[in-house]
Amino acid sequence: MSLMDWVVSPFLDYGFMRRALAGACALSFGAAPLGVFLVLRRMSLMGDAMSHAILPGVAAGFLLSGLSLTAMLLGGIITGLAVALLAGLVSRLTPLREDASFAAFYLISLGLGVLLVSLRGSNMDLLHVLFGTVLGLDDDALLLVTVCATITLLSLGALYRLLVAECLDPGFLRAAGGNGSLVHMAFLMLVVFNLVSGFQVLGTLMVVGIMMLPAASARFWTRTAAGQIPLAAVLGAAASLVGLLVSYHYSLPASPAIILSAGVVYLFSVACGPQGGLLDISRRARGAAH
Amino acid sequence: MVVGGPRAPARISLEQASFGWRGRRAVSDVSGVFAPGSMTAIVGPNGAGKSTLIKGVMGVLRPMSGRVTLDGAGRRDLAWLPQAAELDRSFPITVHELVAMGAWRRVGAWRRFGMPERERVQQALAAVGLAGAGDRIVGTLSGGQLQRALFARLLLQDANVLLLDEPFAAVDSHTVDDLMRLLGACHAEGRTVVAVLHDLDLVRRHFPQTLLLSRHVVAWGDTAAVLNEAHLRTARELRDRELA
Repeated sequence: MSLMDWVVSPFLDYGFMRRALAGACALSFGAAPLGVFLVLRRMSLMGDAMSHAILPGVAAGFLLSGLSLTAMLLGGIITGLAVALLAGLVSRLTPLREDASFAAFYLISLGLGVLLVSLRGSNMDLLHVLFGTVLGLDDDALLLVTVCATITLLSLGALYRLLVAECLDPGFLRAAGGNGSLVHMAFLMLVVFNLVSGFQVLGTLMVVGIMMLPAASARFWTRTAAGQIPLAAVLGAAASLVGLLVSYHYSLPASPAIILSAGVVYLFSVACGPQGGLLDISRRARGAAH
Repeated sequence: MVVGGPRAPARISLEQASFGWRGRRAVSDVSGVFAPGSMTAIVGPNGAGKSTLIKGVMGVLRPMSGRVTLDGAGRRDLAWLPQAAELDRSFPITVHELVAMGAWRRVGAWRRFGMPERERVQQALAAVGLAGAGDRIVGTLSGGQLQRALFARLLLQDANVLLLDEPFAAVDSHTVDDLMRLLGACHAEGRTVVAVLHDLDLVRRHFPQTLLLSRHVVAWGDTAAVLNEAHLRTARELRDRELA
């Protein structure tokens, strides 16, 4: 089988593969740019915690209405935002810092969510909620993911200056009359929206991977934030493509394959990336020594 | 200079103003006036409340009691150079973009950042001696270069009143000289300058007015009259009493 065949024929032959690719790519285009800001704002753990926070909401929706997308979505958004606000409050009002406060909520959410799903559903249902059904995306799921990606990209375009200013120098922004908290809230809502729309594709456990890994990798290839955003989106799409192909040809589960592909890209970037990768650092150290 | 021209006079009055946070007063009962076009240095021992006072004048902190009044100027006419702490130096952004933030009040979050503004950024960079550095990433700048860039941002704001909080901390003397010359030029244009400083020699050489602070105003007026041994000793004693 030629390389072209290996890469293209699964998508030519099977509708579900095409939908899987479309869904995963759309998710990448929305989530990865957000991930760049999560990494820059040192909110990576918070992103992870929020992806687990949506689980009890999704599970509650599932308990109440079965596999109704709307119910699960609504539940996910409510608990996702609730955890973000609660954890923020706890860290503001008590001596507990944000990282521990988020970790606590994330563990509680995960436990609660798994419990809720197990109450009514089978193990299969639990697996689908945790790991997604990228190979079984229906029209509603695809529509949701594409709408979410579009809204995210448009919002990022509009809020870009505010996001950068709030991240770079929040004191200056405040003094110059900009509204930092509004931007922060809008950003959190975009993150929750992406996590919730993505759970059908990759599952609540894995969806944050497509948000974080391409973004973390992009940092090693371009100097500026403006460059990292499109690169992260492209790397996410590429990981989706490779992951789906590997899963197809070697009969492996699809969502872990996608995330592991993103992981390989990340490891390669850490090793060989020209902006602060390990090779780059050692080359510079040797250069400085002479 | 950058967006130069004669300034409308701006006068800042404080009446029994006290500032602090979380219920603790850091500086109390400050009364006095920063006259239009004046150049005042705020000095005092560590913990004297100098940064807090600057934040209060800027409006970042509300007074716990008393008031701050601005005549002939609004909040938009004040520019503040804080101690570098809140800036995220590792953010991947170019010097040009950092300096461009200075145009925020004119351009805001959504208006177009056009050619005239871009040229102002170039002029500001040239004024601080960073003419070719626009494309460099902020994280690669030395301490002195970063301070120059922050100064350029301050210039771009084109404000009537410049409030600087320890602008020369950990900065090389060459940079201090250059930036001091710039401050002098701003003052010559009629802008009001207020700076928190530690180097009393610098203050004596360049600042006609001084406010000596140690949780309360110890003395405020002509530098020569304020910076005498008696006042400095009082300031130190006040600080020691607080610590005891």
